[in-house]
Amino acid sequence: MERNLMKGNEALAEAAIRAGCKCFFGYPITPQTELAAYMAKRMHKAGGVFLQAESEVAAINMVLGAASTGVRAMTSSSSPGISLKSEGVSYIAGSDLPAVIINVERGGPGLGGIQPSQADYWQATKALGHGDFQLLVYAPASVQEMVDCVVKAFDRADKYRMPAMILADGLLGQMMEPVSFPEINPDAYDKSGWATTGHKNQREHHIVNSLYLQPDQLEKSIVDRFKKYEIIKETETDAELYLTEDCDILLCAFGATARVVKSAVNSAREQGIKAGLFRPKTLWPFPVKEINEAAKTAKCLLSVEMSMGQMVDDIKLAINCSKPVHFYGRTGGVIPTPVEVLEEIKKLGGAK
Amino acid sequence: MAATEILLAGFGGQGILFAGKILAYCGLMDDKELSWLPSYGPEMRGGTCNCSVCISDEPIGSPLVLTPDILIAMNQPSFDKFVKAVRPGGKVFFDSTLIDAATDRTDIQLFGIPSQQLADDNALKGGSNIILLGKLLKETQICSLDTMKKAIEKVVPPKKAALIPNNYKAIEIGMNS
Repeated sequence: MERNLMKGNEALAEAAIRAGCKCFFGYPITPQTELAAYMAKRMHKAGGVFLQAESEVAAINMVLGAASTGVRAMTSSSSPGISLKSEGVSYIAGSDLPAVIINVERGGPGLGGIQPSQADYWQATKALGHGDFQLLVYAPASVQEMVDCVVKAFDRADKYRMPAMILADGLLGQMMEPVSFPEINPDAYDKSGWATTGHKNQREHHIVNSLYLQPDQLEKSIVDRFKKYEIIKETETDAELYLTEDCDILLCAFGATARVVKSAVNSAREQGIKAGLFRPKTLWPFPVKEINEAAKTAKCLLSVEMSMGQMVDDIKLAINCSKPVHFYGRTGGVIPTPVEVLEEIKKLGGAK
Repeated sequence: MAATEILLAGFGGQGILFAGKILAYCGLMDDKELSWLPSYGPEMRGGTCNCSVCISDEPIGSPLVLTPDILIAMNQPSFDKFVKAVRPGGKVFFDSTLIDAATDRTDIQLFGIPSQQLADDNALKGGSNIILLGKLLKETQICSLDTMKKAIEKVVPPKKAALIPNNYKAIEIGMNS
């Protein structure tokens, strides 16, 4: 397969077009801008719509509108812009609509900075908007994986009729790596039962809505959605386990940070320390089975993140606090180095 | 082979990212694993600019180069800042027209050529970066000349294809200086 050299942001856009995305609505923000720029250049040639909205709030509501008609729709932004979109994401979830939202994270809170960060983990996995709901959250760690994630995100969003997010960061968005595009034949999902495509007096009209004034009706819609979430938790988790079979210390990291950690794990192994890496590729659902498998021989765990440790609680819950979970991280746009991570591994005694 | 980690640094506008892209494409042409990471902070808007390139037979871990095996420095602040970080045994290529190479490092190899001056003398405006790449090619054999020529063809945008021979010439000047 031909290898191209592309920025993560561009690869995300190209993959979306190939996955059949027909509508992209965006608003510029660093470090995500190349994604929208690529869409502006290519989308119309692919027979789709690119629109730069007047704001992030407008863009996400355009996604809601497009998704209501059953077409594959997407928006992308970076951290502060995602916060602005949160209301729309909640409405999309409450309306059971498929859509893909990309967050190329930067430092926060507030306007924060423009350098890479993973400090939107809580937002993405716990509360991207008000109300009882979840989104599928994918965490790619390479430009190639970004492509694969986009294809999967569109598919699963359609399959489960819910929003899916790709949680990337400025480092992955800005870096170039070889990437190849597999032949993509997106599965067609029958949306004729709910899409608002015009009833032409041939059928009952479809209503896309998230407003239920009767509490029992609202409760039922939420409980039904949570039944779906249970199935997703059983079937959709994904993780990479690296050198975990005999590890004494299990490092946990996702996205760009996992690359740094993998280098540190390799150095640790060279020094005779049995380190391994658990890398969740889905952040929601969190790969509970997989981390327990990875942690079997570990005496302790070390979560490494570009945040103040937002994944730590999920790890503790997943392993039922059966082992100590330590944390090392940098935040605000600072990228941890392999040397720093190796020092932390050694501090934990190499867990010999 | 362990990864070859390359850092390119200079002013915005000197073609740092462009030169980095050529090195990245050299890796692509030779079927290597590689990564290219630009600095995209406020520095790209006029100040200093840098770019990390990793080329390896193995998958690349962190794409951020902190201890380069090879440094290309195109201005004094970049030289001063990054020469300290070069791995022992590493090679530094710099423009001696603009840089006073004052360093107490004895464990690295310094290759200074007046690339800016050479570019001006040969009517290769803006070719200083490529002249340094030519020098790098000669001293490191990071790839073949043929590979680098192919990489240049890939990186120069089609609209500017007329400039490809100038880039070849710049490589040649670098290799011979």
